Amino acid sequence: MPTQLLFGAEVFLNGLMAGVLYALVALGFVLIYKASGIFNYAQGVMALFAALTLVGIMDGQVPFSHLINAMLGTDVHHFGWHVNALISIILTMGVMIVLAYCVQQFVFRHLVGQEPIILFMATIGLAYFMEGFGDLMWGSDIKKLDVGLPQGGSFWIEENSQWLGFGNEEFYGFFLDQLDIVATGIAAILVIVLVLFSQYTKQGRAMRAVADDHQAALSVGISLNFIWVMVWSVAGFVALVAGIMWGAKSGVQFSLSLIALKALPVLMLGGFTSIPGAIVGGLIIGVGEKMFEFIVGPMVGGATENWFAYVLALLFLVFRPQGLFGEKIIERV
Amino acid sequence: MQMLDAGPTDETLLEVSNIEVIYNHVILVLKGVSLKVPKGGITALLGGNGAGKTTTLKAISNLLHSERGEVTKGNISYRGNRVQDLSPAELVDRGVIQVMEGRHCFEHLTVEENLMTGAYTRKDGKGAVDADLDMVYQYFPRLKERRRSQAGYTSGGEQQMVAIGRAIMSRPETILLDEPSMGLAPQLVEEIFNIVKNLNEQEGTTFLLAEQNTNVALRFAHYGYILESGRVVMDGPAAELRENPDVKEFYLGMSDEGRKSFRDVRSYRRRKRWLS
Repeated sequence: MPTQLLFGAEVFLNGLMAGVLYALVALGFVLIYKASGIFNYAQGVMALFAALTLVGIMDGQVPFSHLINAMLGTDVHHFGWHVNALISIILTMGVMIVLAYCVQQFVFRHLVGQEPIILFMATIGLAYFMEGFGDLMWGSDIKKLDVGLPQGGSFWIEENSQWLGFGNEEFYGFFLDQLDIVATGIAAILVIVLVLFSQYTKQGRAMRAVADDHQAALSVGISLNFIWVMVWSVAGFVALVAGIMWGAKSGVQFSLSLIALKALPVLMLGGFTSIPGAIVGGLIIGVGEKMFEFIVGPMVGGATENWFAYVLALLFLVFRPQGLFGEKIIERV
Repeated sequence: MQMLDAGPTDETLLEVSNIEVIYNHVILVLKGVSLKVPKGGITALLGGNGAGKTTTLKAISNLLHSERGEVTKGNISYRGNRVQDLSPAELVDRGVIQVMEGRHCFEHLTVEENLMTGAYTRKDGKGAVDADLDMVYQYFPRLKERRRSQAGYTSGGEQQMVAIGRAIMSRPETILLDEPSMGLAPQLVEEIFNIVKNLNEQEGTTFLLAEQNTNVALRFAHYGYILESGRVVMDGPAAELRENPDVKEFYLGMSDEGRKSFRDVRSYRRRKRWLS
């Protein structure tokens, strides 16, 4: 059944692209977890916040307009200008850096040396705070994000893969979303840059040193505060990229923050401490859930996509708790 | 007795006067410790478990904060300037670096990357840092062989060398060295201490050394302080301490009168020790 096979291949490719987006979110988790041992529950909300801010800046929205209107009785909504997408992205990055600084300064600086569970609780608080703060700042309506990325299926690919059907009437060529293709490219570049940064630069080395041993890093004169602000900024940048991709795909709305939950199985698969792990884990989950739905779905009545990732993660927790690429715990006897 | 050519000078680099350290706002660990570290010397800080050696070193290098400890009284000055409000990074910048007890290597970094983290605060360019890396490899040839292996997979002795080498990479004037002998075979302890001595003589690095192994420490140090439950109970030139009958008995396990019976041991417990 060559048509079935071709459909399978299309599902596989689409799964890969969806996986890239999962991987992007998981990447943000890994960065912070590696460098500070904090499991950042707020990563998904950071993506939402970044996307909200980006839309707000692009559309020239007045921040806190609802609050201002309610308190002063005015009626302001927009400044009336539109900002270029690239400039908006840069400005949003600035906001994310300020956010990273505030998070470090007001929350985690006071929690140095605390139990991981306490740090985790702090990130839950942070997630709720940022969710509310984002709403207050930019309003809670669903927004459209258009930074000029191509949308819709790629006709080029569709036309040029049509011959694979060998005249089969049912096959019109592969349908691949252009946005997904762009997202894949951007994610690949992002990962390469991050790996180069952490392996070959002084700050990257310091970041890994901090991840290994806080006390020793302090003792050689590495400033933990600085490294942590840096890591949160990088995670903020990754959140921004993820926010742009997801926002362009399905609009900027509250449910964007829930992608964090999809990143959890990715992390369990790839390992909490591995950047390549986050990528491969994301791809496996993306492809896995699409293929499972395609092959097994019809037999069990569908809707397997909702649970497939979590069951897979559960299996990994039982048989390989450190994930595929997680750091082996070095133990000397 | 071993004579060292290079010795301490008259110039006092580090002065700790009457400091008190409290952990968690309640646990009083140091009850007024004072000491002086002369430039170019090896000063030893001796005493048993829980005497306060590590706390003293951490109070100097300002690493107490992350363990919820703080200096509540007294003064720590380096080259005459008060330093206890500085961050560890600023102190490293001024030339004081600590090698922590239990090595604390960055396990997932390679040996060479570990050494390079020591140069984090330096701003004198790649050439100077590379030259120092070569120097460290000269002092520790073993590390050169293992430069590409992850530090977590090297032996205890090698990790201690990495920790000391990493500190040297910051071009320090003073190294605070905490229990270099911990968990190492006697041969390795000797090797490490000889390297410390060489560094002291050839590079002029000043050392403040906390050590439980009194025997080795007093052979290599110039001056010693003995701490007991948070107080300095005795101090003097290393050669004198080695001949002191109390030190011999309590820390070196030697006695003029031979083995004692149980009754004598008990009477020793009642005797007030070292009250000076």
